[in-house]
Amino acid sequence: MPAAVAATLVALPVLGMLARVPWDRLPGLLTTDSALAALGLSLRTSVAATAIVVVLGAPLALVLARTRLPGLRVVRTLVLLPLVLPPVVSGLALLATLGRRGLLGARLEALGVDIAFSTAAVVLAQAFVSLPFLVLSLEGAVRTAGGRYEQVAATLGARPTTVLRRVSLPLLLPALGSGTALAFARSLGEFGATLTFAGSLEGVTRTLPLEIYLQRETDPEAALALSVLLVAVAVVVVLATHRTRR
Amino acid sequence: MRLHHRAGALLVAVLAALAGCTGGGSDGAGAGGPSAGTARSSGEAGGELVVLAAASLSEVVEELAAAVEAAHPSVEVTLSFGGSADLVAQVLAGAPADVLMTADETTMTRAEDDGAVTAPVVVAENSPVLVVPTGNPAGVTGLDDLDGAALVVCAPLVPCGTAAAELARRNGVTLAPVSEESAVTDVLGKVTSGQADAGVVYATDARRAGGAVDVVDVPGSTDVLNRYPAAAVIGGDAELAALWLDAVTGEPGRTVLADAGFTLP
Repeated sequence: MPAAVAATLVALPVLGMLARVPWDRLPGLLTTDSALAALGLSLRTSVAATAIVVVLGAPLALVLARTRLPGLRVVRTLVLLPLVLPPVVSGLALLATLGRRGLLGARLEALGVDIAFSTAAVVLAQAFVSLPFLVLSLEGAVRTAGGRYEQVAATLGARPTTVLRRVSLPLLLPALGSGTALAFARSLGEFGATLTFAGSLEGVTRTLPLEIYLQRETDPEAALALSVLLVAVAVVVVLATHRTRR
Repeated sequence: MRLHHRAGALLVAVLAALAGCTGGGSDGAGAGGPSAGTARSSGEAGGELVVLAAASLSEVVEELAAAVEAAHPSVEVTLSFGGSADLVAQVLAGAPADVLMTADETTMTRAEDDGAVTAPVVVAENSPVLVVPTGNPAGVTGLDDLDGAALVVCAPLVPCGTAAAELARRNGVTLAPVSEESAVTDVLGKVTSGQADAGVVYATDARRAGGAVDVVDVPGSTDVLNRYPAAAVIGGDAELAALWLDAVTGEPGRTVLADAGFTLP
């Protein structure tokens, strides 16, 4: 019974939204210049952010799961922080650090690197909030699966690179896949940190969630249509995740 | 001014008549009923007065609520703040409320066209101003002298963006902002944090920011007006709504609004 209530709690609002969508206007609303610019920017930045997250997050997950360095718990807590922080707080943190008057931002600007109001700022915001999703998925997998098989492989004479290639990676691939998909979906949905840190300019920093927020001011139907698009992409990503898990 | 007092009096009469209607048979206009009692015979109004107001009015409305409660001890004012579009959406969805105050006439018209509110009156006006971080680090001297400076404005879809575009048009310049925000508070935040070199916000925002921003004079700035209407919500308590609208359009409303930097219609 609680399970049914839980499922309803999630499904009902989505159904409610679908019931309100102006389906006849949908094709027109989704192909406006603004909508296409926002969708294109969202996809590009989310792919870039996901790439950064995988390249940096996978090694971090391995270190967190396999090593016993002092202070590792502190690191784990910090890495998971964006998961529970309000996105606006994440944005303010980025602003205080990489903004034009921020801790590093001022120095970067002196070097000619201006992150403010750039697409790079969007990617940074997305990477910041989606990193924990990958690290969490992967670290859990590394902890539960692996150890014994790797030891066996090693005692049977496999070299470390062979162990990594033939045993570790295949075992971790599903978790890496689902973690990557989650990070991508989170990047796609990123809103608060982007608005706070990167701003909102069509084609440069205005991603799909920001476009939805803006459209809602004047044309709630257009906002609903774009929301459906975002939900559809998210559903596809989640389905893809389940396929890799099997 | 006189005209407006008369309009206010007329409004009270209309609302009183409406109150009679709803007290009798409830025509069912609007959705969901208010939590406070609707049928009140006569004399001193009392009960919970629910006001939905645009976020930019928050300080003014809070002061006004205190004044109304002081003058009418049996009235308890409940306030809810948000973006105008959000508030209208809430009213259309049947949120219990007696008064709606938005930051522009477009959103109010949407509520009126849907039959959710009645007879909006403009209670305050606001003008766009060009602000820079204190000390003006980028040396901005006007809308026409921005080259290289990072300018942030509101998007044309929201009222403060329309005002900024109108100000630019009157000055014969085309703005090239680095960001078009969806709320004026976001514009102000980017200027006060130094992220932007300049921004167009409302006169009231500049005043609220205190010493964090300097205002750079732009010709014609005070001629561009954004109007704030207030209206009684149909289905709410008309008597309490009239009480509130009277307070806003008369004293103490005028004093409080003027103190916050609004101009009065």
